[in-house]
Amino acid sequence: MTDTTTDLVRLSATETAGVIARGEASAADVAKAHLDRIGAVDGAVHAFLHVDAEGALAAAREVDDKRARGEEQGPLAGVPLALKDVMAQRGVPTTCGSKMLEGWRPPYDSTVVTRLRAAGVVILGKTNMDEFAMGSSTEHSAYGATHNPWDLDRIPGGSGGGSAAAVAAYEAPLAIGTDTGGSIRQPAAVTGTVGVKPTYGGVSRYGLVAFSSSLDQAGPCSRTVLDAALLHEAIGGHDPRDSTSIDAPLPPVVAAAREGAQGRLDGVRVGVVRELSGEGYQPGVEQRFHEAVDLLRELGATVTEVSCPHFQYALSAYYLIAPSECSSNLARFDAMRYGLRVGDDGEHSAEEVMALTRAAGFGPEVKRRIMLGTYALSSGYYDAYYGSAQKVRTLISRDFAQAYEQVDVLVSPTTPTTAFPLGSKLEDPIAMYLNDLCTIPSNLAGGAAMSLPCGLSPDDGLPVGLQIMAPAMADDRLYRVGAAVETALADRWGGNLLTQAPELQEKA
Amino acid sequence: MKTVEPDLVPYDEAVAAYDVVMGIEVHVELSTASKMFCGCSTAFGAEPNTQTCPTCLGLPGSLPVLNQQAVESAIRIGLALGCDVAEWCRFARKNYFYPDMPKNFQTSQYDEPICFDGATTVEVEGREFVIPIERAHMEEDTGKSLHVGGATGRIHGADHSLVDYNRAGIPLIEIVTKPIEGTGALAPQVARAYVAHLRDLLRSLGVSDVRMEQGSLRADLNVSLRRAPEAPFGTRSETKNVNSLRSVERAVRYEISRHAGIIDAGMKVTQETRHWHEDTGITTAGRSKEQAEDYRYFPEPDLVPVAPERAWVEQLKAALPEPPAVRRPRLQAGWGFSDLEMRDVLNVGALDLIEQTVAAGTAPAAARKWWLTELARRANEQGVELDALPVTPAHVATVQSLVDAGELNDKLARQVFEGVLAGEGTPEQVVEKRGLKLVSDDGALTAAVEEALAANPDVVAKVRGGKHQAAGALVGAVMKATKGQADAARVRELLLERIGVDH
Ligand SMILES: [Zn+2]
Repeated sequence: MTDTTTDLVRLSATETAGVIARGEASAADVAKAHLDRIGAVDGAVHAFLHVDAEGALAAAREVDDKRARGEEQGPLAGVPLALKDVMAQRGVPTTCGSKMLEGWRPPYDSTVVTRLRAAGVVILGKTNMDEFAMGSSTEHSAYGATHNPWDLDRIPGGSGGGSAAAVAAYEAPLAIGTDTGGSIRQPAAVTGTVGVKPTYGGVSRYGLVAFSSSLDQAGPCSRTVLDAALLHEAIGGHDPRDSTSIDAPLPPVVAAAREGAQGRLDGVRVGVVRELSGEGYQPGVEQRFHEAVDLLRELGATVTEVSCPHFQYALSAYYLIAPSECSSNLARFDAMRYGLRVGDDGEHSAEEVMALTRAAGFGPEVKRRIMLGTYALSSGYYDAYYGSAQKVRTLISRDFAQAYEQVDVLVSPTTPTTAFPLGSKLEDPIAMYLNDLCTIPSNLAGGAAMSLPCGLSPDDGLPVGLQIMAPAMADDRLYRVGAAVETALADRWGGNLLTQAPELQEKA
Repeated sequence: MKTVEPDLVPYDEAVAAYDVVMGIEVHVELSTASKMFCGCSTAFGAEPNTQTCPTCLGLPGSLPVLNQQAVESAIRIGLALGCDVAEWCRFARKNYFYPDMPKNFQTSQYDEPICFDGATTVEVEGREFVIPIERAHMEEDTGKSLHVGGATGRIHGADHSLVDYNRAGIPLIEIVTKPIEGTGALAPQVARAYVAHLRDLLRSLGVSDVRMEQGSLRADLNVSLRRAPEAPFGTRSETKNVNSLRSVERAVRYEISRHAGIIDAGMKVTQETRHWHEDTGITTAGRSKEQAEDYRYFPEPDLVPVAPERAWVEQLKAALPEPPAVRRPRLQAGWGFSDLEMRDVLNVGALDLIEQTVAAGTAPAAARKWWLTELARRANEQGVELDALPVTPAHVATVQSLVDAGELNDKLARQVFEGVLAGEGTPEQVVEKRGLKLVSDDGALTAAVEEALAANPDVVAKVRGGKHQAAGALVGAVMKATKGQADAARVRELLLERIGVDH
């Protein structure tokens, strides 16, 4: 690999787009450099389930052709991107990390993909994930776990571990993730990258294979806050194909990121959520988090502590609502129309084929959640479980609303711990679930939230994430505060956090 | 597993001994251009699986978008049935596995129907019955399974099954009555009258094709018996998917006799669904309550709540068509039909057909005559509803205008209808192809008249002698010679002219 290609993969999305726009490299060169990088490191990282070299090069050449014709192109034209395998892309395998959908090629594009194409973004391939986005480690992928580029023996987070790892390993400057309980933010935190869960309804869910419809939200993964904002702007905004999509202009996220990068946060009111720290939090995580809070003060923000008393019930409510919706959403995987089919030998009835297929096609975590949700929705239990969980959801929204009367954004650590070793929590689902303690409240309330790196934990040298939360449709606040923190920390570190990551061994 | 069922009790005995309670759920397919939650066409009869998309196939990642036209139709139906319209309501998912259900849940409404608490009135044998309406809610239809290779056409015993998803996602309105009580021995007729009334109402609203034979309107009939009107409700059976008015009446009648037989034998009626068999006129057991599924309803998270604006609802209410209870007396007075004639018209479901025929220029009495005699007889022979015949009001108007113009007589007109029913084309085409024009050309007739006069000198003498009625025999001879294709009145004229008597 030449130095030029090494340089090309290290650029941010913004820089990459500039290089292409100025003609310093073609989009095809950029795509090739990234495909080479994937070839060199993905054997170790396993961020990708499917690499679409042909499609990527064709898309890149189209950008180059347009440039040659002098056509105006968007700010991400020619920038490569890794797409979480939960997002439908016409003709490209979309497995959701499950055996159930092995070989399925959607006959249609998700809205996110349609908008990426329109923006000239080059989709490199599909990234690994916990099966149907259920998990916090990617270990529940039917196709093997993804490895954290900071330490290949550790988890890259989940469910979108593949997207975060691809960005952290310089396999792509951008990726699409989806966040139901933290699946964008937790992987971002443990891989030292930026991840944003937009306001619920801010990015179309059309073509996002549903896990929990009222919680799922697609969003950007990147190495810089500005890159995330550009991607957010490219994919966000109203979509008539998604009834839950908000029919209002997208908040000015790119402008906010640029404003934040100027450095000062005077007049910004920041609330530290009392309930999201203390017992169960890794000391090194807490330390870096408190330093980040101090930094916010130094930048001019006023910091107060706020209480969100019902956050303590968030995890329980989440593990009733998400499985309930999932039990219904995943019912369609029944071998009748697409995907895996088991037992179709003339000996079994359609009902038996459905049962055999679902028994063989779903992994243990998916089955656990389907059973949990089926139970929670059963007649006689509905009020006690699903009904109560919805009430908790309302109370959590109220906690947020009250907090936002006093502050503009809330902050917390993104995760209680840094990346844990692969295999260490597989036998203990509850310990795994606890990883999403800080991220789940935003999903339940439908607000926006971001994770960005705030340093390496002194106890294990692994990345720590700072979570910033904002009210629904105030996504711009995340970008302003996030960019200010990022700029100050980059000054302190002499570059972004990923520059401190160990070099991955490149396969020749 | 076969259970031995006791003998049926004759209907009259059953209704003498028991009080009947009914509940009727009617599913109506709306005639919106597109499906409930996607843009696919709803046209009936297309090649299987050609009217589908990711959403109505339930492909991973697809999402529903509510058809606003369907919401409007639902509200208008509710208003026409005197219902309240919800200020805010949601869809719910009804979860169960079945191959013709693409998502393995049906997007429906559960405890928040868009319309509720109405009532409507039907008339049977001069008595009025108020049918209380519980609710009218929106839902989507399922696909259609075709079970191949079995004897029964049902899934058991079939070699394989084919599924057509063209129907999946077609907008349905389910109209549910409260218990219908106090109908006594008229229960089957009340059930029929109610379904017929709904059909007329839905047609007047223009919201559905209401083609029962195509399944765009189908009824589930709940029947239970009790010893006395004061007693608590008995156990009900639910006969599913009954799709003709005649069958509605027969199925209720059958179930009353069947329930009475079970109770008389000291046994318990099983709460279950029943299948209606049109051919044998019986019902057989379907799913019992013990096997009934827990549908695990919960609010549909992919759709936002429906909150119809009050002003809009008022606007829809003001624009409703004339209700049948007002329209019928108006039409009856305008047409000059007696009560008895009007009842016959309603009984055969000919009201709209006659109205359209009259609108096409036919005299009301003539329109009634064709629909209630010749065409009603044909429909009855074929076991279909009158409006399911290929003969349209425009056809009837054409035929009658030919009769009025003297180009057809009634006998030939019946042959024209026969041709239209046999698929030979429009009345004009049938007349042409079968050569059914009356022979009105005097030249052709004159020869036949001359022949008749020559062959019957004695009759001619009688007529000359003043016995004009004797001319009938001569007319008959001419008609025979012209194979009926002559205008009898004209023949008589010519004969009398020729004989030289005044007429
Ligand atoms: Zn469709």
